[in-house]
Amino acid sequence: MRNLNIKLHDLDLRNPVMTASGTFGYGWEYEDFVDMNRLGGIIVKATTGSHREGNPYPRMAETAMGMLNAVGLQNKGIDYFVNEIYPKIKDYPTCVIANVSGSTVEEYEAVAEKMNGLENIPAIELNISCPNVKEGGMAFGTTCASAQSVTRAVRKLYKKTLIVKLSPNVTNIAEIAQSVADEGADCLSLINTMLGMAIDAEKRKPVLSTVTGGLSGPAIKPIALRMVWQVHKVVKIPVIGIGGIRNATDAIEFILAGASAIQVGTANFIDPFVTMKIVDGIEEYLDRHNVASVAELIGALRVE
Amino acid sequence: MKKFVHDFIVISNKRLNSNHFVLELLSPEPLSTMEPGQFAEVLINGSQDVFLRRPFSIHNADRQKNTISLFIKIVGKGTHALSIVQKGEKLNLIYPLGKGFRLPAHEKILVVGGGCGIAPLLFLVHTLHDRGVKSDIILGARSAGDLLITQQFSRYGNMFLMTEDGSAGEKGLVTQHSMFSKGSFAYQTIFGCGPTPMLKALDKIATAFGIECQVSLENTMACGIGACLCCVVKTTTGNRCVCTEGPVFDTRELDGWYQPIAKCYR
Ligand SMILES: Cc1cc2nc3c(=O)[nH]c(=O)nc-3n(C[C@H](O)[C@H](O)[C@H](O)COP(=O)(O)OP(=O)(O)OC[C@H]3O[C@@H](n4cnc5c(N)ncnc54)[C@H](O)[C@@H]3O)c2cc1C
Ligand SMILES: Cc1cc2nc3c(=O)[nH]c(=O)nc-3n(C[C@H](O)[C@H](O)[C@H](O)COP(=O)(O)O)c2cc1C
Ligand code: FES
Repeated sequence: MRNLNIKLHDLDLRNPVMTASGTFGYGWEYEDFVDMNRLGGIIVKATTGSHREGNPYPRMAETAMGMLNAVGLQNKGIDYFVNEIYPKIKDYPTCVIANVSGSTVEEYEAVAEKMNGLENIPAIELNISCPNVKEGGMAFGTTCASAQSVTRAVRKLYKKTLIVKLSPNVTNIAEIAQSVADEGADCLSLINTMLGMAIDAEKRKPVLSTVTGGLSGPAIKPIALRMVWQVHKVVKIPVIGIGGIRNATDAIEFILAGASAIQVGTANFIDPFVTMKIVDGIEEYLDRHNVASVAELIGALRVE
Repeated sequence: MKKFVHDFIVISNKRLNSNHFVLELLSPEPLSTMEPGQFAEVLINGSQDVFLRRPFSIHNADRQKNTISLFIKIVGKGTHALSIVQKGEKLNLIYPLGKGFRLPAHEKILVVGGGCGIAPLLFLVHTLHDRGVKSDIILGARSAGDLLITQQFSRYGNMFLMTEDGSAGEKGLVTQHSMFSKGSFAYQTIFGCGPTPMLKALDKIATAFGIECQVSLENTMACGIGACLCCVVKTTTGNRCVCTEGPVFDTRELDGWYQPIAKCYR
């Protein structure tokens, strides 16, 4: 038996494999397929201050080795989350993390404060990187000043593990990562989707109702890997790698680049069992390379 | 309803015309319970261009043979790749997905299909037939050559054909069938599947007669199981997922569709 345990600040994860927000619903959507006892954690879909209808249909466009989405944070708001959703997810046999979004600093604060009171949610992931809302969202994640202001405000009132999810739609990811870490984030996750676009040439129309949307899937993996590596080199807090992961080799690559854990998003749509296969594959890799603990591989990239 | 991921075996791939085919697939396990109108998410093997699964309605099910069939129109890369699968190949399916047609207690049922929209309707009339209900079925297409598998349908119900060029049955669109202009319209439920303009026209008819109309929608999907919220349709109670709360909807639930009688006559 190899040791797959990972420590992310105060969180003790069974293994480094988690599911990415917005791609795994609230978890119950996968109940027929995934045994949550086998996952390191799940990040449920974004919660905002109040109910949001999200963007109009069409919200999805398939692209080469990936997809664009323009969901736009559809959710029923924090009060509904606390009253109706939390009771259904609080006893999952895995680490349940909430993803927190908003358009203003006050909205992030309001959601984070209520999340702080939920005993079985040991961490939040602050989504300052969603490309699909007109105001706020990604705007917070694209300048150091705004990323800092929202992190600082939430840090003041959120007492548990605070993960900040970074946007890749920036020129210098390491700079943003550093400034968020300086404000007291416990952990960083990256990347969110990359801003992209799809066109239906026959109709001479954009495919998405919002024209632009967020690109995910294997198409963004090399970018995500590069960003995780750049961020890991400059910050002292743990990094969670996200972007195009669909097998154990991808996951190991992220860990070698410096990720302490990884999240699987779009790949769940293609193979609902993929997360469990990744866990098995990581264990098999450790066996093959005779590594006792997966933690030994974090940032263990051999750069000449 | 529990969902499964299974490797089905292709028993046959039958070409119906230049752009339609039917796949018959053998389940490795006893078939799950399924409602007519439900669908499967099919993984397209080894295609470089097709990244996501593709949704297809369950066209029919044969419990004795333990098979289901899919009726598919070739419209792009994924459907083209499926059109050339060979007998014996495996296809990975997630099924059964979504909510199907809500079958009423009464027997005054009209089933209307246009073009590729006949896919889920065979399983529907088959199921109704098993319950002792022989429904009336209108099938429409551009011309006689596009009217496919009408014999299969005629096993389960009374057929009315429509073609746009008049080469078979009545001439015109399915929603222009003469039965709709007769005074004695006795149906209480219309089940429809086909292009959206056809469904909207059907809904108008249902509205005028003040009866129920259930339609099957084909929004583009990523996950098919309610996890991504990509497939939503605007309903009277906000955006709802077609993959879990549909694909079949009562048109009264759809925003901007069914207009209550009072509104129609205003
Ligand atoms: C619940 C459900 C049930 C369906 N049942 C059937 C069925 O039984 N038989 C059948 O032939 N088709 C059915 N469809 C439609 C089918 O899923 C699409 O035709 C298929 O995904 C197209 O894949 P492709 O790779 O060939 O096309 P692509 O190469 O992806 O696209 C080619 C063209 O088709 C259009 N297109 C792609 N997906 C859809 C869609 N979902 N709706 C409308 N246009 C689309 C694209 O805009 C593009 O113009 C169903 C769809 C849904 C959501
Ligand atoms: C349909 C969809 C919805 C998403 N919703 C959210 C969200 O609500 N909050 C968030 O932080 N990220 C969201 N994401 C981004 C993912 O969590 C992830 O960062 C991104 O998809 C990259 O990973 P992947 O390539 O493995 O999918 C969403 C992604 C997709 C595809
Ligand atoms: S396709 Fe993902 S929620 Fe419907």
